[in-house]
Amino acid sequence: MRLETRQVTKRYGKFMALNEASFQTTTEARVVALLGPSGGGKSTLLRVLGGLLLPEGGEVVVDGEPLPHDPDQALVTLRRNGFVFQGYNLFPHLSALQNIVLPLQEVHGMKAADARARAVELLTRLGLADHQHKRPAELSGGQQQRAAIARALAPRPALLLLDEPTSALDPVMTGEVLDVIRELAEGGQQIVLATHEISFAKKVADWVVFLAHGKVEESCSAEQFFTQPASPLAREYLDGLSRYR
Amino acid sequence: MPGPTTSSRLLWSVLLLAVVSLALYGTFATVHYSWHWSALWPYRTQFVWGWLTSMGISLGAMVLSVLLGFALMLGRRSPWEPVRLFSSGTVEIVRGSPLLVQLLIGYYIVATALHVNSPMVVGTVLLGIFEAAYLAEIFRGAVESIGASQWEAARAVGFNTSQTYRHVIIPQAVRRALPGTTGELVSLIKSSSLLSVIGIEELVQKVRVMNSASFTALEGYLPLAVAYLIVTLPLSWWARRLERRFAYET
Repeated sequence: MRLETRQVTKRYGKFMALNEASFQTTTEARVVALLGPSGGGKSTLLRVLGGLLLPEGGEVVVDGEPLPHDPDQALVTLRRNGFVFQGYNLFPHLSALQNIVLPLQEVHGMKAADARARAVELLTRLGLADHQHKRPAELSGGQQQRAAIARALAPRPALLLLDEPTSALDPVMTGEVLDVIRELAEGGQQIVLATHEISFAKKVADWVVFLAHGKVEESCSAEQFFTQPASPLAREYLDGLSRYR
Repeated sequence: MPGPTTSSRLLWSVLLLAVVSLALYGTFATVHYSWHWSALWPYRTQFVWGWLTSMGISLGAMVLSVLLGFALMLGRRSPWEPVRLFSSGTVEIVRGSPLLVQLLIGYYIVATALHVNSPMVVGTVLLGIFEAAYLAEIFRGAVESIGASQWEAARAVGFNTSQTYRHVIIPQAVRRALPGTTGELVSLIKSSSLLSVIGIEELVQKVRVMNSASFTALEGYLPLAVAYLIVTLPLSWWARRLERRFAYET
């Protein structure tokens, strides 16, 4: 997969979340990690790459194809991707199973029986077979996040985008969820991952985009980033994170 | 522990009821009001007809007010400015002016101009519009209390706007709107008593006629209160059951 942004700008009121952010990966990049300090633009870039947010300026190009600027057409792009958020964002009034089945039927036009079979298959794979009829509030944080991953995977997305999927979890649950993501990465799923889990990123990512203050400070192979980062900000960030681990 | 809780609640209810009845009896006894219940009996059919009229109009107005209130709520959230302005203008004017004025103008001017002669139809529609303005705001409050993360999650799974409302927002908003909506519907039933100003013989009007024809003063009003309560209390009870059915933790 080849991801590219050209001078992408996104504002929230006066705050510039992305300020002419530009980068491009090589075609071989399969797991792209978005790293950088909080408030640096990781989450916004992730949403822009997946078509969930439309930038005010600039181009996003995925595998040579520019993403549409019109909300209705963006929805078509969006439906090819899967999203997982920091706060799980399951629908609280639906069971884990219904959370997965509903979009499959409504958005992807699957028959009820097929959608259900696909949902059960994924929940079983992610260790949630016994919890499929529980509502989100009855699940632990790690279980909720795995259900959210199952929902994102159900329509077989071209690109799975995960926005700090473990930031709200304790270390044990973080481990559960990272295991799942690692398995997906090893299974060939194309992934964009915004995270603070540096050692995890080191293990699974093959490309790193480092953001700070809404700009891309560095975009290079993961190997190069973790051994000899070029930008001083990235060096400082890595030093700060590795101090206690 | 359903056993002890239910029985203690029953005990308290009976006790409170007894205290209130005693207080009421004492109050009436103090003013030496002499009751003439038998004078009312010949008018019982009239009373039942009035009750049926009130409830029929209320039921029609309820259905209308829920539908219209929902439309006004959507209108206030519309991306199109004229629709937004029209909806909020309607809500503010209808909610801010007396129902009495709306009934008089609506029936004697607007309905006459439109050649609609049935006071029942006009009354139902006007009452429905009046309550819709209140319901629109209750619905809007409920919809806007659903967090931005739910909208984003709905968009992320690929829902368009109408799918998001239907599958994500409305099911969650219904639960939050229920208590306020019940209150409004109960209030609607009572507001129907004002419809006598456009010549509808609803329950309160029937009781007034009954009282003057039988030369009694207050006898009609106690059955009147009971006649409202036998509808409003079950309505509240049913709404609480619905609330429990929609209950889930967020």
